[in-house]
Amino acid sequence: MTATNTPLDDTLPEDVAAQIGAYQYEKTADFPVEQSYVWTSCASVFNGNPIYWDPKAAEDITGGPISPPSLLSAYARPHYWAPGAEGEQLSLQVHFDLKKRFGLPEAIMTDNTNVFYEPLRVGDVVTSRQVLKSVSGEKRTKLGVGRFWVIDVEYHNQNGELLGTESYTGYGYRREASA
Amino acid sequence: MTAATATLTLDRVSVGDTLPELTHDVTATTVILGAMATRDWRPMHHDSKFAVERQGVPDIFLNTPNQAAWFERYITDWAGPAARIGRVVFRMTSPVFPGAPMTFNATVKDVATDDAGCGWVTLDVSLTVDGAVKTTCEARVAVPTSADDNPWARRGERWIP
Repeated sequence: MTATNTPLDDTLPEDVAAQIGAYQYEKTADFPVEQSYVWTSCASVFNGNPIYWDPKAAEDITGGPISPPSLLSAYARPHYWAPGAEGEQLSLQVHFDLKKRFGLPEAIMTDNTNVFYEPLRVGDVVTSRQVLKSVSGEKRTKLGVGRFWVIDVEYHNQNGELLGTESYTGYGYRREASA
Repeated sequence: MTAATATLTLDRVSVGDTLPELTHDVTATTVILGAMATRDWRPMHHDSKFAVERQGVPDIFLNTPNQAAWFERYITDWAGPAARIGRVVFRMTSPVFPGAPMTFNATVKDVATDDAGCGWVTLDVSLTVDGAVKTTCEARVAVPTSADDNPWARRGERWIP
């Protein structure tokens, strides 16, 4: 998709520019890292790695019950619904803020970078925070007209140790009428 | 290919080595199960009508964290449970939809030992459907340098992913 980008407008509103580099939406998860999610995730990709299924292997190799690092972001995502919640519960709120700010109803993720630090343990409680790194000018792609943006997310455990970082490149767009 | 239980050590890996191919039939269940497993409730990963009419794509498609989980499984199937993934960078050039098998392949791009003595293998991984590349991935994976080395025991300054 990126190979066919056509630049249209390079201006960036001041309120959006002011967000770049600022931490937003620091949130501690409502639930701890769960063994059941470990199994469900491994089942979804047929991952038979014994450190996720065999407690002795987990202890011998990693020092205790452990979650796949790829599941890190899942533990920071809100429940689909919870008492008192109204409307759709969203993770990566900065992404949805940008969609709304620019009037771009659709979006897709194009690039993702994950870096893993301290092992993610069953029982950990994950705190996440988001930071907008960049927003492109308006571009036309085969999906429509919109903007690319890069959002980083940091994840820490209950001891303040860095568990990992993620960097998402998203493309928010509006579809164009077919010719 | 099934999960490896033996320990792969760095001395057994060379630049240019290829990993065993993995193929999996992608169904609606694959996509929806992957989305739910990663707590991704967005409708383009479970509601075909939404995906087609709102997103303008042919069907529901694999979400980002689940693709990460597939890459993770593919890599550790080869490297074994003592291997520890440090970094994964992937680019999704085209969505992966139900209805066709997806295939994973990988080549060893680099083999190195860092200043802390940790052994690293860099892999170029591809996810293709019908021969077309859908996602490319570069993964940096710590692999034991000897039978008594364990990347999972590394902490702080000894872990440089």
